[in-house]
Amino acid sequence: MIVEALTFYLFAFMIVASGVMVIASRNPVHSVLFLILAFFNAAGLFVLMGAEFLAMILVVVYVGAVAVLFLFVVMMLDIDFAELRQGFLKYLPVGALVAFILLAELLVVLGGWTLSPAAPEVVAAGAPVPENVTNTHALGQIVYTQYIYLFQAAGVILLIAMIGAIVLTHRRREGVRRQRISDQIRRRAEESVQVRKVPTGKGI
Amino acid sequence: MLEIGLSHYLTVAAILFALGICGIFLNRKNVIVILMSIELMLLAVNINLVAFSASLGDLVGQIFAMFVLTVAAAEVAIGLAILVVYFRNRGSIAVEDINVMKG
Amino acid sequence: MHVAAVFLPLVGAILAGILTFVAPEDKARRKRIDRASQWITCSGLILAAIAAVFVFIDVAVEKNVGTVELFTWIDSGTFEVSWALKWDTLSAVMVLMVTVVSSMIHVYSVGYMAHDSSVPRFMSYISLFTFFMLMLVTSDNLVQLFFGWEGVGLTSYLLIGFWYTRPSANAAAIKAFLVNRVGDFGFILGIFATYMLFETVHLDTIFSAASGQADAMMSVFGGEFHALTVICILLFIGAMGKSAQIGLHTWLPDAMEGPTPVSALIHAATMVTAGVFMVARLSPLFEYSDVALTLVTVIGATTAIFAATVACVQNDIKRVIAYSTCSQLGYMFFACGVSAFSAGIFHLVTHAFFKSLLFLSAGSVIHAMSDEQDMRQMGGLWKMIPVTYAVMWIGSLALAGVWPFAGFYSKDIILEAAYAAHTGVGAYAFWMGIAAAFLTAFYSWRLLIMTFHGKPRADEHVLAHVHESPKVMLIPLILLAVGALFTGVLGYSSFVGEGASGFWESAILILPHHEALEHAHHVPAWVKWLPLGVGLAGILLAYILYMFAPGIPGAIAGTFRGIYKFLLNKWYFDELYDAIFVRPAFYLGRQFWKTGDGTLIDGLGPDGLSAATVDIAKRGGRLQSGYVYHYAFAMLIGVVLLISWYLLVQA
Repeated sequence: MIVEALTFYLFAFMIVASGVMVIASRNPVHSVLFLILAFFNAAGLFVLMGAEFLAMILVVVYVGAVAVLFLFVVMMLDIDFAELRQGFLKYLPVGALVAFILLAELLVVLGGWTLSPAAPEVVAAGAPVPENVTNTHALGQIVYTQYIYLFQAAGVILLIAMIGAIVLTHRRREGVRRQRISDQIRRRAEESVQVRKVPTGKGI
Repeated sequence: MLEIGLSHYLTVAAILFALGICGIFLNRKNVIVILMSIELMLLAVNINLVAFSASLGDLVGQIFAMFVLTVAAAEVAIGLAILVVYFRNRGSIAVEDINVMKG
Repeated sequence: MHVAAVFLPLVGAILAGILTFVAPEDKARRKRIDRASQWITCSGLILAAIAAVFVFIDVAVEKNVGTVELFTWIDSGTFEVSWALKWDTLSAVMVLMVTVVSSMIHVYSVGYMAHDSSVPRFMSYISLFTFFMLMLVTSDNLVQLFFGWEGVGLTSYLLIGFWYTRPSANAAAIKAFLVNRVGDFGFILGIFATYMLFETVHLDTIFSAASGQADAMMSVFGGEFHALTVICILLFIGAMGKSAQIGLHTWLPDAMEGPTPVSALIHAATMVTAGVFMVARLSPLFEYSDVALTLVTVIGATTAIFAATVACVQNDIKRVIAYSTCSQLGYMFFACGVSAFSAGIFHLVTHAFFKSLLFLSAGSVIHAMSDEQDMRQMGGLWKMIPVTYAVMWIGSLALAGVWPFAGFYSKDIILEAAYAAHTGVGAYAFWMGIAAAFLTAFYSWRLLIMTFHGKPRADEHVLAHVHESPKVMLIPLILLAVGALFTGVLGYSSFVGEGASGFWESAILILPHHEALEHAHHVPAWVKWLPLGVGLAGILLAYILYMFAPGIPGAIAGTFRGIYKFLLNKWYFDELYDAIFVRPAFYLGRQFWKTGDGTLIDGLGPDGLSAATVDIAKRGGRLQSGYVYHYAFAMLIGVVLLISWYLLVQA
């Protein structure tokens, strides 16, 4: 019990601290790294909640792909760090106030959330947690049967995202030399070789 | 306090969500931070979903969270692609320079 | 006949008015139009004068008093007013005087204004003025009287400002109208009070009910006052404005900006006498209020002496005569104040003749001197304009009250009545009147000597042009001089003598206990001869100071510098009024205009609305910053508001 509580508080504290540092870092690379840390801690929370598949997926997809992509872009864009700081403090009071209000409301609503005792029976009709199978197994059983269409749609979304990213960033460069194999094969002697009579001792 | 219940997870998620919102309009200079703040918010939503799923004993929450993850990844890809093209054209990713829509 | 006497001038005014709008370019046609307007108006007035003679014989001599109803004007509930002409001795006398004097002035104007550019307009205005005056004196109810009252005020404004291209003339016209307005305000309140008390404004009805209401009380602002006193004082305030009594006199000298015939008509014979006429006409009301009569006496006497002192030092020939008018009006008023109404009217009639004579001859002098009006630039003219000189002598003798001219009879009876009243105010009036008589004679001969005698002080150019006036100007002068000679003798017994009560009958009411007029005939001999004595003394002093020792006046002025300046500046009334009324009024007006109208109403209204619209639009425009995170922030604020509202509503 106490271990669970302790781990929870550890993960919770780390995730919040990382979130703050993501926003407040001066260096965008630091921000990305703190984002990665936040994801890791979120994975830990997921494990605590018993959703280990999702935790691992979080690490693999989010950290391994998304955060690395962020890092690539941050490194690639030549950002001038010096002028990144100004203007932050000007909006701090108002922004902090608004966010604080939102947080307070969320806490009021969610923090005091108690489920009615009848809720589990009503909901469990949807997709109850089956016994004696791992989380992964259980998820697989549901996704590939009940939510197969959504699953395929998600795949299509990823495909479109991939194509979209390529289309957006593709550019045609001038002056790049590439091989055109078909032209190379179709070459004939008349186009490429020319016989010239050269007098001795003189050049062309 | 010691008994970790649903509300604890929800609280953490709420705090993360608020932080993400802060990040959107508090930063001035970097569009990337905006994208990262969006990721934070999505993370908070995921935590919420999984917490409810755990307390209700319903796996739908986790499936939903998985799909959110998928879409988030797609969105990040496109977002960064746009950012890169924008940077190519304008030479700067300072937020204040992105004001072509000014009316 | 009765109607023609009053309305012929109106017909003339309308026809001449139509001719005003015909403006031909060539001189010959312009001359024909001018001639036509002059013929129309003059013949209208002369015919009216002839009709007035017949009416006088009919009404005053053969005693056919009555009212000629014309048509109904207002019929609203219990308030009924109709256009009607009330003919009794008083109105017949006034109509005769007004038409005769006005016709003389019309004929005179033909000559005086011959070179003016708007002759038809002038003739139309003076005919219109005469019509209004006639309406005033023949009215049978207070509202019609007020119609005439306002009408003469209006036409006097038009005539004073006749040469409207001169800013001083415009200012003088406005001043006259405004000061009269102050008096008219009191007059209107008087009419309202009359209606409140008597429930009618019809004069005959009021007069028959007056004795019944003799002790009635009226509540004014919470206090109870004697009703008839309140009414009479309010009406007298109107008379003060119209007749330029002290306090509301400031317009009269400035009114000399108008052409000289205007001064003669309006400020000698007719408009200024409307106040005296009104007091005499309302004698049935005034008699019941001793307080009002006392007020009238005091004001009249004070005006008499005040104006006489100012006239002694004035240098403009017309201004001297204007102050003289003011002073003589004071005489008429204090005569009415001691209940000698018929004496006041008697003096009114004689004064009309000799004062208009004086004004017209002054106009003749001005005409001869090529429009010079300052007496200090005149002198030595008596050989060059003998007829003018002679009639001016006649007018001045009449004014000073020398036997057997008209002023002797009328002025003397007034002073005797004041003495015989045996009241404190009567005595005050008597001694002020004596002093004013002395000064009157003095300044009249000062005027004569400075204008006609001594070495000529004008330059040769002006002197070369000095010529006697044309016959069309001289004949009215001579006719008026005849009037100034004989009206006194002829009218004495009918107006104030043994035939008086038979003559006036019910036109004027004198209560039995007001016996001033009765006793006036039995005063001691020294009272009878004192006015003549002081008059001759004044003439003598003027001769000494101006003919034989011309250096003395300058020396006196130098020694008594303060008094001299005080008198020259008309007792500083104008400066006083300027500080008390004019400046604050302008200040208030400016405040209302700039602050009230400009800032408040315009600011809150159209200007404010448009400024606010622009301002809000600008602020709204700043929302379109183009920054996405601004828009995201706005969305977030919306979300927060929605959640808050939801939470609060649920709670």
